[in-house]
Amino acid sequence: MSRRLLRWALALPVLLALVPGCGAGEPGAASTASAPAAGGNAQKLTVFAAASLTGAFTELGKTFKDAHPGVTVEFNFGSSATLAQQIVQGAPADVFAAASPATMKTVTDAALAGAPATFARNKLQIAVPAGNPAEVGELEDLADAKVKVALCAAQVPCGAAAVKALEAAGLKVTPVTLEQDVKATLTKVELGEVDAALVYATDVIASGGKVTGIDFPEADQAINDYPIAALTGAPAGSTARQFVDLVLSARGKDVLTRAGFQVP
Amino acid sequence: MSGRLPRPLVVPAVLGLVFLVLPLAGLLIRAPWSTLPARLAEPQVLQALRLSLVTATVATAICLLLGVPLAWLLARTAFPGRRLLRALVTVPLVLPPVVGGVALLLVLGRRGLVGSWLDQTFGVTLPFTTAGVVIAEAFVAMPFLVISVEGALRGADRRFEEAAATLGASRWTVFRRVTLPLITPGVLAGAVLCWARALGEFGATITFAGNFPGTTQTMPLAVYLALETEPEAAVVLSLVLLAVSVIILASLRERWVGGA
Repeated sequence: MSRRLLRWALALPVLLALVPGCGAGEPGAASTASAPAAGGNAQKLTVFAAASLTGAFTELGKTFKDAHPGVTVEFNFGSSATLAQQIVQGAPADVFAAASPATMKTVTDAALAGAPATFARNKLQIAVPAGNPAEVGELEDLADAKVKVALCAAQVPCGAAAVKALEAAGLKVTPVTLEQDVKATLTKVELGEVDAALVYATDVIASGGKVTGIDFPEADQAINDYPIAALTGAPAGSTARQFVDLVLSARGKDVLTRAGFQVP
Repeated sequence: MSGRLPRPLVVPAVLGLVFLVLPLAGLLIRAPWSTLPARLAEPQVLQALRLSLVTATVATAICLLLGVPLAWLLARTAFPGRRLLRALVTVPLVLPPVVGGVALLLVLGRRGLVGSWLDQTFGVTLPFTTAGVVIAEAFVAMPFLVISVEGALRGADRRFEEAAATLGASRWTVFRRVTLPLITPGVLAGAVLCWARALGEFGATITFAGNFPGTTQTMPLAVYLALETEPEAAVVLSLVLLAVSVIILASLRERWVGGA
């Protein structure tokens, strides 16, 4: 009895693997572009994009799907540096959109992408919690010892930008924390754990009113360029290029502007 | 050793060992050995390592203080809802640590349920402090201790406790003089698990306590941030953390269990 059960248990994964679409992950995730599906060539486009692009790219992904029936678009949103590492380590990506030229350089240096194009720019803002308890009005207020400030760590793009902006203003700010990414920094503001933080204008918009953004002039010294490139080994081939073209098109610019980006 | 080793046990055991050790081998192969001494000499590394060891040890002490009595409650008393309570103890195990960190902020943060009271009454805020690191680590690591100790309590022969009780010992004396010595191996195993988990804690720590060198940046946080720009440095830092923890655990084990 138990032996029969064991045999079944061992056979089960094999049986599952034989049934199409029953493998690990979402349906379709395991099938490749070569499998012809009913009604056209089913194709998958995998886009690795910086976390700050989540809203805008999800919308553009839908637009792309509508224009290219049979193509499914999958996104991997995350820290640009992590995504770049994943691509260099062989992750099967078609398009890479990074939040900084430095992280894109990791990929182009490995000869995995052609010349990238700058498709968006992001500017820092001071984010304060609802009600602005510490009455922060300008960048100088962040240097006040009574004001708790969160910054991104210098290793991630938003942190590098913050360092640049503070240097441009000639200010010395001692933060209580150096967060691992911009969303984590924003969370600290949303929960009111800090009185102010430097995050991107797009993140303030994405928070949906939970934090207030304050512009400051030194932000112009620390503008982040977002490069995009189709990867040379793209499994999706020319479809990757078409997605890049959509992002660079007037439609793409419109979506990005609404998300708070500046477009070139 | 008598007889042949049973194949159905040895083959999966070896596979299991390879599965666990292979990633470590990957780290060792990719490690930039030539730059290792220079990296170790960086003050930030030693600072992070010291902070990690101190916070993990304090967190383990807190877990022992609170976790052993909790395990005793779960194993030795009967009350309605005990099953539910036992399930709740495992919540930090199931919860993604980052969510655990947010949950801690909602309760102990500056605007949290308990945190706002602490702030107003005592002027104490826990996030972004070393105490916050200890709290995050203890929250995530305590279930390991509780579950180990509860298992040990259930496995312990209760007749010794009953004998002590019939001889007139109070419940507290029985616990201290009979139960605790009986379950010492279980408590130690739980403490080791708890310490190791606390040492490697990342998600809850960075979410609740933040990341600042010297006060809240433990080794796993330093490793994560190094990974953003210098993957090689991250490998070195991970190896340092691994080496230190393996040395400490191996030497303690010799002392406690007599070189088993």
